Amino acid sequence: MSHFLTAAVLTATVAAGIQLATPFLLAALGETMGERSGVVNLGVDGIMLLGAFGAYWVAAKTGSLVLATAAGLGIGLVMGLLTAFVSVTLKAEQGISGIGVFLFGLGLTNVMLLKLFASPVTIPALPAVRIPLLYRIPYFGTMFFTQNWLVYLAFVLVPVLTFVLNRTTYGMKIRAVGENPAAADTVGVSVSRIRYSTVILGCTLAGLAGATLLMLVGIFQEDLTNSEGFIAVALVYFGAFRPLGVMAGSLLYGMVGAVVVTWKTLGIIPTSASDIASMAPAVLTVLALLFVARRFQQPAALGKPYLRGG
Amino acid sequence: MRWRRTTQETRAAGAAGRKDLLFSWFALPAAGILALLLGTLLLLAFGANPLTAYRALVSGAFDGTYALTSTAVKAVPLLLVGAGICIAFRANMLNIGGEGQIAMGGLAATATALAVPSLPAIILVPLVLLAGAVGGGIWGAIPGAFKAYFQVNEILSTIMLNLVAVQFMNYLLSGPLVANSGYAVGGLIPQTKLLSRNAWLPTLIAGTQLHLGVLIAVLLAVGVYVLLWHTGIGFRIRAVGLSRDASRYAGMSVRPTMTLAMTLAGALSGVAGAMLVVGSVSHRMVTDGTLTGFTGNAGFNGIVVALFAGLNPLWTILTSFLFAGLLVGGISAQVITGVPADVVTAFNGLVVVLVVSVEFLRRRARARARAAAIAGPDPGGGGEIPETGGEMPGTEVPA
Repeated sequence: MSHFLTAAVLTATVAAGIQLATPFLLAALGETMGERSGVVNLGVDGIMLLGAFGAYWVAAKTGSLVLATAAGLGIGLVMGLLTAFVSVTLKAEQGISGIGVFLFGLGLTNVMLLKLFASPVTIPALPAVRIPLLYRIPYFGTMFFTQNWLVYLAFVLVPVLTFVLNRTTYGMKIRAVGENPAAADTVGVSVSRIRYSTVILGCTLAGLAGATLLMLVGIFQEDLTNSEGFIAVALVYFGAFRPLGVMAGSLLYGMVGAVVVTWKTLGIIPTSASDIASMAPAVLTVLALLFVARRFQQPAALGKPYLRGG
Repeated sequence: MRWRRTTQETRAAGAAGRKDLLFSWFALPAAGILALLLGTLLLLAFGANPLTAYRALVSGAFDGTYALTSTAVKAVPLLLVGAGICIAFRANMLNIGGEGQIAMGGLAATATALAVPSLPAIILVPLVLLAGAVGGGIWGAIPGAFKAYFQVNEILSTIMLNLVAVQFMNYLLSGPLVANSGYAVGGLIPQTKLLSRNAWLPTLIAGTQLHLGVLIAVLLAVGVYVLLWHTGIGFRIRAVGLSRDASRYAGMSVRPTMTLAMTLAGALSGVAGAMLVVGSVSHRMVTDGTLTGFTGNAGFNGIVVALFAGLNPLWTILTSFLFAGLLVGGISAQVITGVPADVVTAFNGLVVVLVVSVEFLRRRARARARAAAIAGPDPGGGGEIPETGGEMPGTEVPA
């Protein structure tokens, strides 16, 4: 334990935790937008897998991490269109169609991994970008201001999306459509247009989350996400549908992950105990769901397709 | 009601009703065909001849005793999970926790078989299956009660409990449940030691894998059908699924019913987990450390078969056999065409998306057909509505 409580190890662990939190955060922020407008997208995990694989393939072919990121975004966008069509236009049961998207993404990426990559290729990590001046702050500079630009983007999105949701007309329409679509419809807000926009935004961020995760791991492997997309959906409830709360949940997951890895590396806990330790966030999430469900109202129209006059 | 109207309107209503009725019947098969077409495109994209692939798939799954028995054995967990999904989804409880419930059932069964290995088979086999049902049932009851009493979204809690169960399984299979001699060569595969022969499910046809579990699973599926449509409990489950408020008004105990539906669904998945252990070729609990290592994704595929069966447990017997055929035949197709069998998982995903996408249109068509029938059946009785019970409960908030 004494090895763990040194400044160097602690700062490195926190820095790693922030990195691990980033895919969760991107995906969960996107999901937050969709859920505030009344649409649950359970396909996040499948879209993350597809985005991650797209990024992997592009990075392996071109060597460009910028193009790889773009691939993740693009795949997310296309999947967003499909998801919106199924959930909004065809009014499918959202809890189940998302499972279909997950199975589709899982199966397709496994097939493509086996077909397109005869041998595994590792892709370089995203370079860390030092924020001028701030990175010099002892300890904190290493933890918070020596990260790659996707990490910064994810955390900058937290205040941005909070502002959009609470202080803009668009955000007001999103919330109106999520709470009372019939009323929003009556005053001339297009329910389906708002929901299309939030679902596409959410899925695009899920694709980006996949690309981010890939660059963190450096290689694509079967079921790369390991349910991170599902956890991201749970984090939206955990965070009571607010970007700030979602950030807190993502950081919790990231930190627990980083601490477990560090402890394992330092030999503080045996491998078998790390299985028990990794159960902690999921158990905590279930308990948090229990708490949040009692304390915070979810958007009233969440998961309900809108039927004019119905 | 044997009167006829001869006006233009009635005839139009009758024709429309018949069209809607046809649509509501053929929507599911049409979704299946559309999925097959998209699957064909996938195969083409991976450079395989779809005809060769499908031929290999069909013969690998259904041609000959060996293929048929393998498919039947593969269908067992799908059928059990699927029958459970029929109960849960009919109660409008979206149980995504099959994976975890299978794992907990498997663990409970394994622990039981390891604890009392010398009991005679006639006692030990039922005991092991019962232990599986209890293990899975508890893992279904938790999210069920959380939903019923604390409004915790059951989709999310079941997914989280899947993660917990798998990590718990990995923990047990890397330590407590493993006899030292039980580790496979190199100690890489987490598995228990060979279970007592008394716990093995008896084989039905010598020389094949076909075990008693196939019969039990079919009987249980029939039992679920009887439960849902011929008992008071089943009526309550379906009523609660269609409208919790109306059921409450009618004086039904809504919360216990919701919990019960999830418990039964979990118990059936748990039995599937037990059979995956005592009905397997290796007769021990084996995993590879991943989420699907032990379950083979049956927790999710069970949802696919139940949805494709219109949430009817009798149809689920057929669909589980068909989808098991896909899984078994997919491996033969992989050998011949070089397209990895995981393409079946992607195909299953397409089926789920398509089935739930047509569900809204299907339900609307049925409502229209019913309305047309009430307005006046056209001569020939084309507007008669059969009670197939193929509807999914209405979309409700995952709270």
